[in-house]
Amino acid sequence: MASLRALVGCKRVIDYAVKIRVKPDNMGVVTEGIKHSMNPFDEIALEEAVRMKEKKIVSEIVAVSCGPPECQETLRTALAMGADRAIHVEIKGEEYQGLQPLAVSKMLAKLIQNEKVDIAFFGKQAIDDDSNQTGQMVASLLDWPQATFASKIETEGSDTLKVMREIDGGLEHIKVKLPAVVTADLRLNEPRYATLPNIMKAKKKPFSKMSSEELGVDIKPRLQVKSVVDPPVREAGSTVENVDELITKLKDVGVV
Amino acid sequence: MASLLLRSAATLIRPCLQRSNTPVSSVLLSRLYSDKKPPETDSFVMNTFLGRMNTTEVFPYPDVMSTEERENIAMFVDPVNKFFEEVNDAARNDKEETVPPEIMAQLKDMGAFGLQVPTNLKGLGLTNTQYARLTEIIGGYDLGVGIMLGAHQSIGFKGILLFGNEQQKEKYLPMVASGEKIAAYCLTEPTSGSDANSIRSRAVKSDDGKHYVLNGGKIWISNGGIADIFTVFAQTPVLNPATGETKDKVSAFIVERSFPGVTSGPPEKKMGIKASNTAEVHFDNVHVPVENLLGGEGEGFKVAMNILNNGRFGMASALSGTMRKLISRAVDQVSNRVQFGNKLEVYGVVREKLARMTLAHFVTESMAYLLSGNMDSGSVEFQLEAAISKIYGSEAAWMVADECIQLHGGMGFMTECGLERVMRDLRIFRIFEGSNDILRLFISLTGLQFAGKHLRAVQSSIKSGDVNTLFSEGFKRTKRVMGMSTVDSINDQVHHKLATSANQMAQCVGEFGGACDHLLMKYRKNIIHEQFLLQRLANASIDLYGMAAVLSRTSKSLSDGSPSANHELLLATTFCQQANSRIKTNLASLSARFDIELDSSMADIAKATTENGGVVSVHPLRI
Ligand SMILES: Cc1cc2nc3c(=O)[nH]c(=O)nc-3n(C[C@H](O)[C@H](O)[C@H](O)COP(=O)(O)OP(=O)(O)OC[C@H]3O[C@@H](n4cnc5c(N)ncnc54)[C@H](O)[C@@H]3O)c2cc1C
Repeated sequence: MASLRALVGCKRVIDYAVKIRVKPDNMGVVTEGIKHSMNPFDEIALEEAVRMKEKKIVSEIVAVSCGPPECQETLRTALAMGADRAIHVEIKGEEYQGLQPLAVSKMLAKLIQNEKVDIAFFGKQAIDDDSNQTGQMVASLLDWPQATFASKIETEGSDTLKVMREIDGGLEHIKVKLPAVVTADLRLNEPRYATLPNIMKAKKKPFSKMSSEELGVDIKPRLQVKSVVDPPVREAGSTVENVDELITKLKDVGVV
Repeated sequence: MASLLLRSAATLIRPCLQRSNTPVSSVLLSRLYSDKKPPETDSFVMNTFLGRMNTTEVFPYPDVMSTEERENIAMFVDPVNKFFEEVNDAARNDKEETVPPEIMAQLKDMGAFGLQVPTNLKGLGLTNTQYARLTEIIGGYDLGVGIMLGAHQSIGFKGILLFGNEQQKEKYLPMVASGEKIAAYCLTEPTSGSDANSIRSRAVKSDDGKHYVLNGGKIWISNGGIADIFTVFAQTPVLNPATGETKDKVSAFIVERSFPGVTSGPPEKKMGIKASNTAEVHFDNVHVPVENLLGGEGEGFKVAMNILNNGRFGMASALSGTMRKLISRAVDQVSNRVQFGNKLEVYGVVREKLARMTLAHFVTESMAYLLSGNMDSGSVEFQLEAAISKIYGSEAAWMVADECIQLHGGMGFMTECGLERVMRDLRIFRIFEGSNDILRLFISLTGLQFAGKHLRAVQSSIKSGDVNTLFSEGFKRTKRVMGMSTVDSINDQVHHKLATSANQMAQCVGEFGGACDHLLMKYRKNIIHEQFLLQRLANASIDLYGMAAVLSRTSKSLSDGSPSANHELLLATTFCQQANSRIKTNLASLSARFDIELDSSMADIAKATTENGGVVSVHPLRI
């Protein structure tokens, strides 16, 4: 089944190790001067595509990122990890602030059609907004089958994927017919590190840039953010000496 | 003064009483001898020995990377960091006393073995500055792996990179750059450590002139047990065409493990950097093809010293990485640990430590990138700056590790905490690649010799009646005596907020020159025997370069509007204030009777102890 064409969504997010701070106006989180990197689940998705390419199941991998100019760094990493081409849909400033999963999904769906993609890989969710919507929305916009939360992917015949999914209480095995959307869960694989020689080579790989208008997608927000606040601080607990004291305390707060 | 000839460093390092029949070949200082005209240089440190402030290579703080080089290194930092954070396990490497094969394999894929080899020879072609930035990451995580990689490329095959001819480069660099073959640098022998010119390994050309027959044994060679390509130093008989005499001189060779007669010993057990292999390497009638002579015959000492000299910046950058990590650990500790009802961070004693650690890091980091930047922009005379950065960095890191453990209390002493390993790993940095003591002597004597030549030149022109020289030198001396700076204002180069510190530096440079002048007049060539003084002079020199480095870096941050500019201002002014007083004390102690007397008491104590075979004083209990 060689020669499947793959597209991987690579979102640029605040690095997982960074401590998130809410903006003073409570309309978002501080992003300036903050370390960003590729969404870890997208790295896993990309790694899976690269492995499928190494097994000669996939013939070409296109990495896509929608966002500000800095997304180019994310895409360079994707190229260094093994993607063949990169497409950056540039969305800046205000527009990027209001960019929501539906708009991203529409752009991705459009690109998938343009690029004649057979498998679209995404992370199961992005670690910044945790929406967990993009893969599903793309599938429905394209009317394609979807295999979300994949923790193992195998091929069967020339047009079917066997996917193992982690669900509450166990594992689910499903089959999807290609073309399909797959979203990657944590245990699907361990992504490789971009090596320095590959980073250098990646600089020579094709890189194109476009706008949402060129894709003909209206990216105006459909949801309105009311406010963003820090999670409530957990109050300090106290230690009790014995069971009796515990019971008294629990009675005091009226839980027993 | 005309007789002021400092003999070579071999003499200084080898007290006259010993081995007086050994040929006194010029060692570290040889280059500075030959020419008649006093040498000129843009080295900041060298010029301070004349009381001159040459800031050509200090201001502005170097910004040497092209946009592309900057972009590349920015891309490299993350994956390398991630690899050391998530994959490599320094504690495990330390415990197993090796770098596991899978880590070696990944480091090879990563390109870590050929960072500075040109891209057409399978390397990454990094500049010194880019290399420094990566060693900083490695230094933060695993000094054992750092030394394995450093022994390979910073010294192991660096000679081929610096002195190799085209054929040697094409033959050897691709295989070492990919990590397919590991390299090592073989200088040290059982009877020859600091006094490297006294090595006994010997290579004699065969009758047919096709190869050298190499015999000898090297000890404590990093990567000695795992390397395939060795840069080996050995004596070769060299004919002096002028005198017709044949003398042994050091030559450098590229030796392959596959040459019959090359063997290596088992890995040495040691205090730290355990992951790095250290072993003996023996050469028993090894036939080394003449094509493998590296640099000219008899040029080996120059090759050996230049390799070390060219690699020292990497040690300073790696150790700034170590310190940065240690400081984070310390901060974590003091902002969480509560004793006597408060977090440790509020206590004065704790703050003093943390501030000292932060300053030490800032100075080392400033030196490291000033030096690598200078090297990238083509500076050739940076040996003193390199020696200072190595000394300062290794001592700063040792202090920072020590205080970090102190702040952790008993926890710091526990293996699990991971700090004791760092401390063990750090100890070697003050010993190898030129012990800090030898490097201090090297700094003082190289500088004094430079100054001595200028003084001689001044003297001869005074004798020949050049009134201008007389006037300007006389004027400088007077100003020094009056305690004024003899250096032109550097205020146009230093940010105005640093004016006070800049003036302190200017004044110190003037006084430093004055002190050198005094030492040369008083001791003449015998200064080489005054190690107590030379050491303090070197300490002053180290502080001076530290001042220059932080003033330059901070000026740049202030004019660029860097987000931490104000904090850097605080660091720079604080360091300059401290350095200023230390320098004054050190310089005063070079001539004050009180200090000279103390020196001789100290010497007497040491002599008595040696003569007695140990502590002289009888036990207070008499039992
Ligand atoms: C882990 C490790 C790895 C090493 N890796 C390598 C390697 O890869 N390649 C290699 O060639 N070598 C290597 N070495 C050797 C190292 O470079 C030497 O140990 C170092 O140069 C010091 O030499 P030495 O041990 O003989 O000490 P010595 O020269 O005997 O010095 C001992 C002490 O005396 C002092 N001293 C010596 N002479 C004088 C003097 N004239 N005046 C005042 N003080 C003096 C020194 O400063 C030092 O404190 C390694 C050593 C170790 C421990």
